Amino acid sequence: MSANPLLKVSDLSKFYGSRIGCSAVSFDLWPGEVLAVVGESGSGKTTLLNCLSTRLMPSTGCVQYHMRDGEYRDLYRMSEAERRFLMRTDWGFVHQNPADGLRMTVSAGANVGERLMAVGDRHYGRIRQTATEWLERVEISQDRIDDQPRAFSGGMRQRLQIARNLVTSPRLVFMDEPTGGLDVSVQARLLDLVRGLVNDLGLSAIVVTHDLAVARLLSHRMMVMKDGHVIEQGLTDRVLDDPREPYTQLLVSSILQV
Amino acid sequence: MSMPATELAAYNFAYLDEQTKRMIRRAILKAIAIPGYQVPFASREMPMPYGWGTGGVQVTAAILGPQDVLKVIDQGADDTTNAVSIRAFFQKVANVAVTTHTGEATVIQTRHRIPEDTLREGQVLVYQVPIPEPLRFLEPRETETRKMHALEEYGLMHVKLYEDIARHGRIATTYAYPVKVAGRYVMDPSPTPKFDNPKMHRSEALQLFGAGREKRIYAVPPFTDVVSLDFEDHPFEVQSFDKPCALCGARHVYLDEVVLDDRGGRMFVCSDTDYCETRRADGHVGEMLGQSQEAAE
Repeated sequence: MSANPLLKVSDLSKFYGSRIGCSAVSFDLWPGEVLAVVGESGSGKTTLLNCLSTRLMPSTGCVQYHMRDGEYRDLYRMSEAERRFLMRTDWGFVHQNPADGLRMTVSAGANVGERLMAVGDRHYGRIRQTATEWLERVEISQDRIDDQPRAFSGGMRQRLQIARNLVTSPRLVFMDEPTGGLDVSVQARLLDLVRGLVNDLGLSAIVVTHDLAVARLLSHRMMVMKDGHVIEQGLTDRVLDDPREPYTQLLVSSILQV
Repeated sequence: MSMPATELAAYNFAYLDEQTKRMIRRAILKAIAIPGYQVPFASREMPMPYGWGTGGVQVTAAILGPQDVLKVIDQGADDTTNAVSIRAFFQKVANVAVTTHTGEATVIQTRHRIPEDTLREGQVLVYQVPIPEPLRFLEPRETETRKMHALEEYGLMHVKLYEDIARHGRIATTYAYPVKVAGRYVMDPSPTPKFDNPKMHRSEALQLFGAGREKRIYAVPPFTDVVSLDFEDHPFEVQSFDKPCALCGARHVYLDEVVLDDRGGRMFVCSDTDYCETRRADGHVGEMLGQSQEAAE
């Protein structure tokens, strides 16, 4: 692991009028680390994720990102062109609903290849080759490369979305409930896949989820949010096995034990 | 400004009022200054339905002077409905000289073709454009496409070409083939066949594009680079035809298919009627010229 954090978040707040979206969030994210943000519905998880990924402008606070050239840049002071470039090369964003992150009317191969073409790859054969490799990596058979995502099952769409995001080998991936809306067996397979990819590629990831099992499987560290505030953060196993805050204790004890 | 015939005194020269022309000319100047950029303008209602060339007509009306010689073509032909009506319109409201000869015209309004004769300096080609936004069918949001143009994010255009190759084994887009103008803006050359794309590259003539319903004007100034997008391993190529024109024997021109009977008979003839007629007048003979004259008699 490198000696510098990939992302330095300090005092990030987002207010919707007088309502709090998230308030005074600070943390560092290290290269190769997976951070889970958990909490109940409406606790500000997604607001936080949207602010971090610059899809939403925060009210106060700043986020420093460690660029590939070694410099730290304030995400909110970058030009829009730089931000959008960062988003399609160095970052990935996996939506809960694959339809939001995919182009449903173009083939799977083009979905994976879009980022390559966006950064200037103009060789059809190479793009297709890379797309094929990535489909294989996310366990979609090669003969589906020319099918549109709407012909895919929910689990396949989600895997395709992941392939589409990872094709430019990003360093940071944001995931918003990546397993939401999938049935349990598909969830397990997807989690397995994501965990493998994160390990292989040395990605950092911020995963928003309300599912503590997902956090347990994927993340190294977790943050518990309630009403827009981070009430507890620490190593995942520590937080889940030995929750300190009453709310976290409640959350952990409310998991059904089968 | 001279008035045309007295019974039309209610019209200003070339139909539009001077303030409107001024507004359109400003948009044209801006479009020329930023090649390929779509300049919004306050498109007016014209006495013809949208889709019949309201954008082209407004651009023509704004640039037309009493000394101009106008040619109007529709799919290359001077004698189809759209061309005839627009030509008659300008004869009536501007009293300008009209011609069917490409070489004689100073302003050529076109729907979906570029004349076969090479255009020269001083000529203006005005295109009628239905949908000016090349990214529209891939990205329906106007706010987003504008941003993509502003930030030069044109990867999506190649996604379309990728899809073509994946489905058909080659780039199957045959018309409205996207081009990059002056190395910056990606532009829709209006639904001209891609056969005509190379003619736009470093053309001596000024090329103006008017989209009336979408309220956009864009331009390619003379001697500007116009490059068709492609892949390294699937380079851009134009259509080629197996046979020469059946009437004038011309090769390397764009041909129209004409169905002759209900037993599969067909002929291919020049889509540019002026070009074909000139060649026939010069004595060139295609294989079906004699037959078609017999059939006509």
